[in-house]
Amino acid sequence: MSEQTPIVVVKNLVKHFSVTRGIVFQHKIGAVRAVDGISLTIGEGETLGLVGESGCGKTTAGRTLLGLYVATSGEVMIDGHNVRKARGDELLLIRRTAQIIFQDPYASLNPRWTVNAIVSEPMRVHHLLSGSERTERVAELMHLVGLSGRLVNRFPHEFSGGQRQRIGIARALASNPKFIVCDEPISALDVSIQAQVVNLLEDLQDQFRLTYLFIAHDLSMVRHICDRVAVMYLGIIVELGERNELYEHPLHPYTTALLSAVPIPDPMKDRLRKRIILPGDVPSPIDPPSGCRFHPRCPIADENCSRVVPEWRLAAPSHWVACHKV
Amino acid sequence: MPILLEVTDLMTRFHTAEGTVFAVNGVSFSIEEGETVAVVGESGCGKSVTMMSVLRLIPIPPGEIAGGTACYRGVDLFKKTEAEMELVRGKEIAMVFQDPMTSLNPVLTIGRQITETLIRHEFLEKKDAELKAINLLEKVGIPEPIRRLGDYPHQFSGGMRQRVMIAMALACTPSLLIADEPTTALDVTIQAQIMELVLSLRDQLHMAVIWITHDLGVVAGLARRVLVMYAGYIVEEADVEDLYSKPRHPYTLALLQALPRVDRRRDAHDHRLKSIPGSPPSLLMEPHGCPFVIRCEYAEDRCKTENPPLRTIGMNHRIACWVDIDVEPSK
Repeated sequence: MSEQTPIVVVKNLVKHFSVTRGIVFQHKIGAVRAVDGISLTIGEGETLGLVGESGCGKTTAGRTLLGLYVATSGEVMIDGHNVRKARGDELLLIRRTAQIIFQDPYASLNPRWTVNAIVSEPMRVHHLLSGSERTERVAELMHLVGLSGRLVNRFPHEFSGGQRQRIGIARALASNPKFIVCDEPISALDVSIQAQVVNLLEDLQDQFRLTYLFIAHDLSMVRHICDRVAVMYLGIIVELGERNELYEHPLHPYTTALLSAVPIPDPMKDRLRKRIILPGDVPSPIDPPSGCRFHPRCPIADENCSRVVPEWRLAAPSHWVACHKV
Repeated sequence: MPILLEVTDLMTRFHTAEGTVFAVNGVSFSIEEGETVAVVGESGCGKSVTMMSVLRLIPIPPGEIAGGTACYRGVDLFKKTEAEMELVRGKEIAMVFQDPMTSLNPVLTIGRQITETLIRHEFLEKKDAELKAINLLEKVGIPEPIRRLGDYPHQFSGGMRQRVMIAMALACTPSLLIADEPTTALDVTIQAQIMELVLSLRDQLHMAVIWITHDLGVVAGLARRVLVMYAGYIVEEADVEDLYSKPRHPYTLALLQALPRVDRRRDAHDHRLKSIPGSPPSLLMEPHGCPFVIRCEYAEDRCKTENPPLRTIGMNHRIACWVDIDVEPSK
């Protein structure tokens, strides 16, 4: 963990999607506050986990951070470059430095392209290598992700889910990035294949000193792979800490409930556990609750929680939380 | 407890353009009244097809039930006429599917979809059916049931939709509920809600439950007995404690070892997950040896040529393996 040399710095990042009514004369009637002011840093070679339930804004956060969505406000620095202000060559450079691996390996590979075309696309876009060098590099990348170089002329449908995800990883590596957003890279895969892909991501991280933002909802896998973990709820980060600290001493009641709901593959232990069942669903991000956003579902909320927004503060060494009750 | 459903040597095949898919290859199991059994396996292992075959829900053709029996309260379901089968589905055996959005009709109100079953099976008048539907929605924890009766599926969240599915499944108080990955599409907090709901309803209504899942974590707190499936075969069957503390089939062991644990520290930074090499075999041909042989680290010569039958190795414990490993999974 090297918080001293952050490669990614996010300050107060906001992404709202406007909700409009009307077809010809559209007018804005509200906004989905998907990401509503998040701040974090990721050190070089570190893996930061971003967890939360579906709809909490974790995927939007990952994409906005890379500039795939235009941020509403806030600042993102990747390897010293300002993502929101960069234009032209600087923007190209950022895009070479920062890559993404998508969740669904069935939807993220063009079915009409060969593996060769898919994996070499970043090199084509960024004018890296040419001719036979590029072909060699594709073979090398295939080898890195554990696929045979002879398969480069095949199409995505000829591969299994795990193999497709390996192709997606090879593509992300093609431009020699420093930072990769892994957006739920294993949630579409079977258990026996998940471990293969996670081990591969770790090997590649060691080999190329990669930095990961690992977005996931599988809390067990996040504890395994991440150095620090951020918990998101309804567009904001409610808790952030070193993995063992966060999993063993969660401070925010949402984190506690989330962790207690994860099933443990051990019948004795699972039966003895006290599960905190949260009432209801995640509220709409169009009109988030006042005060602390978690208060309508929180087992320990009081009147103050519904009025005052809790402050984001350091509660223990490198353990941040936003809750009145801590 | 008397046996409710007994499946013997079930074989299901699909005749496709690429060839015959051997989806289920001689599966036998039984479930007692009020019992909870989990069926675990990866995608394509035949866990859903087995249950769909029992309810005769697979399309024929291309599907074919090539052999076996499925006796429900002593009567073979495969010998019933389609009309008789309709009295079993929904009324005796109900099913809840993985994706509530695709299994609910998007253009009919929730009320219409629940009352449909009641009018058909219980011969209720529309008014009475509506009252019962409100009662059911209340039972599965949907707020304001009277108002929500007129809502369409898209107006519900994923967790609420799954509750509606469960309300529909319970409408005629079935004796057996087959839940096919009902929580896979849901978040962990909602998953915990749904699991708790099904378990409490099971106890209230004395239903038997077959819970199909790929998640060994979910099973641990839920079932008394577990069937592990691989490539269309049951490879291990055991009481839940035995399966987790001393799995005897290499595939079960490998699955348990491939799971990271939320309640454990990763001991050292170089501690890697144990992965299972390769991927499940193609089901387009009947395996000659053990279907797991190419991925198995304990494989012997015999495993390549002879497919091991399911054999009893202890109290309620069966495996389909020549080797019979004896390893502690968590160390």
